[in-house]
Amino acid sequence: MNAFTQHTGIVAPLDRVNVDTDAIIPKQYLKSIKRSGFGPNAFDDWRYLEPGEPGMDHSQRTKNPDFILNQPPYDRATILLARQNFGCGSSREHAVWALTDFGFRVVIAPSFADIFFNNSFKTGLLPIALPEATVDQLFQEALAETGYALTVDLAAQRIVKPDGAVIPFEVDAFRRHCLLEGLDDIGLTLQHADAIRAFEAKRRVEMPWLFLNR
Amino acid sequence: MAAKTLYDKIFDAHIVRQQDDGTVLLYIDRHLVHEVTSPQAFEGLRLAGRQPWRVDAMLAVPDHNVPTTNRLRGIDDLVSREQVETLDRNCAEFGIQEFTMNDKRQGIVHVIGPEEGFTLPGTTIVCGDSHTSTHGAFGALAFGIGTSEVEHVMATQTLLQKRAKTLQIRVDGVLGQGVTAKDVVLAIIGTIGTAGGTGYAVEFAGSAIESLSVEGRMSVCNMAIEGGARAGMVAVDEKTIDYFRGRPFAPQGEQFEQAAAYWRTLKSDPEAVFDKVVVLAAEAIEPQVSWGTSPEMVVPVTARVPNPEDEADPVKADGMRKALAYMGLTANTPIEQIAIDKVFIGSCTNARIEDLRAAAAVIGSGKKIAANVTLAMVVPGSGLVREQAEREGLDKIFIEAGFEWREPGCSMCLAMNADRLMPGERCASTSNRNFEGRQGQGGRTHLVSPAMAAAAAMAGHFVDVRQH
Ligand code: SF4
Repeated sequence: MNAFTQHTGIVAPLDRVNVDTDAIIPKQYLKSIKRSGFGPNAFDDWRYLEPGEPGMDHSQRTKNPDFILNQPPYDRATILLARQNFGCGSSREHAVWALTDFGFRVVIAPSFADIFFNNSFKTGLLPIALPEATVDQLFQEALAETGYALTVDLAAQRIVKPDGAVIPFEVDAFRRHCLLEGLDDIGLTLQHADAIRAFEAKRRVEMPWLFLNR
Repeated sequence: MAAKTLYDKIFDAHIVRQQDDGTVLLYIDRHLVHEVTSPQAFEGLRLAGRQPWRVDAMLAVPDHNVPTTNRLRGIDDLVSREQVETLDRNCAEFGIQEFTMNDKRQGIVHVIGPEEGFTLPGTTIVCGDSHTSTHGAFGALAFGIGTSEVEHVMATQTLLQKRAKTLQIRVDGVLGQGVTAKDVVLAIIGTIGTAGGTGYAVEFAGSAIESLSVEGRMSVCNMAIEGGARAGMVAVDEKTIDYFRGRPFAPQGEQFEQAAAYWRTLKSDPEAVFDKVVVLAAEAIEPQVSWGTSPEMVVPVTARVPNPEDEADPVKADGMRKALAYMGLTANTPIEQIAIDKVFIGSCTNARIEDLRAAAAVIGSGKKIAANVTLAMVVPGSGLVREQAEREGLDKIFIEAGFEWREPGCSMCLAMNADRLMPGERCASTSNRNFEGRQGQGGRTHLVSPAMAAAAAMAGHFVDVRQH
């Protein structure tokens, strides 16, 4: 996993509620068996004017000039600002891969869907939930000033605005630790392999029907 | 002992260890695998030189990419084919049981799990798919996970989890004639909103839920995720237990009775306290039709398309305007005046035998689908559902009325295979998501029950199935 400590970047305001993972990365791109290369197709239906298919040269497609991520400097944005219930819908982790591949390191929204939120941490994308009014304020400031940038400090759990004002945020301690260190969950869990085996042995006795052993 | 909710009972029974911050290592009994969200996980195992922890806890099936016509010819789309073949190869390499594309037991992962008795009460069930919540209908704790977690479960048989809050959604009373499980869950989402269940494990309860068949309960739990909840569940009763008798992966004989004795304990204690309770009156629920691009944008068939001007919250009103524009709808249009181009009866929400029976019952003998409906398709949830429907002659009813009778898979629920809407086409769909582009770029989806979809196919526009 990519470690995350501190990050400064341009904020792209995506003014929509309920941005679902189908919108973040449409289904045709899920046919890929890889974990990378999804960036050109992040928000594909909104970003390009003609329909896209895997295998196309996406740099040759017509970009929708009205879509925020096509407007400089937001094409270089690394912090995404969105409305409530971001990442709802499908469990596809491809949505996180598409966002990070595009260049995003942070998503700020009033609320996130559970699975997306969870998936984000696995690829080093930091989802930050802030109160609705704070997000609203950020929207106003980001829309008012082209190139509006924020600094996100995970260790200190705070966001610093261009004027120096500070917004504190909460992250679950264990997740923060894993993200700061770039730790691999599986490796951590396998340190408890004996506990898993012991649990399993007991379960095999109590509920033998759960073990098929074909 | 303190009174416990069903969720807490199952969660507690699966704790391998607990960290000081409350993070739990949760044991996973069942892992369903499909072709779309697994390749990167298998690759991860290989790169780390790891083996699956317990292959007998896994069952794999291709469903999202498979064609629904001419299947014996193989998959035309090369990228889709590669993904399905990758699943075949991975399962062969690691020794995982798979129902391959031409196995008659193949079907949508959430249909075949219960059908095979692989899903069982009291188990923890995961799959790299958000609609894993479906399996909660059987008193299981079932939820969708991302691909990194798929790899984690493969490698360790566990997941790192935090205990969710509990939400009881009670539907009390008796459902009216023509009102189905799908209408119940759409009405619930219309009430709580698409984020109403975020952070919660939902237990659906109340006399209307108890009166549903297990298949109806599956439709309800299926869409728990559309209300923001990763897991939806229903307490075990005798209907649940009877369902599993004789299923291939379920316990047999004496062991079945031993299991059933445990399963009967899988209900919330009467004094258990939920973090939140929502109550709906069954009598107030009418057949539902979604009008927008989020499942919470839903109204009774007797209503009109809502007007954003009536919405006080500006962010919400803006969302409504965007949805109306995308859907090509005008505020205040009566739902029954909305004409449709296509009909899709299928998906893990509504492609089981009871769904197909309900749709067929609406058609009536000698009747044809409306002239303006360019395609009406029925895609059974599994090969076994398809066989059963053919034994009952349902296929003939559909075909005679002008429906296409397809082979099982996800199909136009997400349009990853060749089945999709063209830009601007409007579809009455029994699936679970009406997001922009979900059924094809520019396609417009209205979520309805199987009976309502069939009635719309015959009329060419939405109609109240109670009057049909
Ligand atoms: S039928 Fe639709 S919702 Fe269900 S698993 Fe397939 S794609 Fe997902």
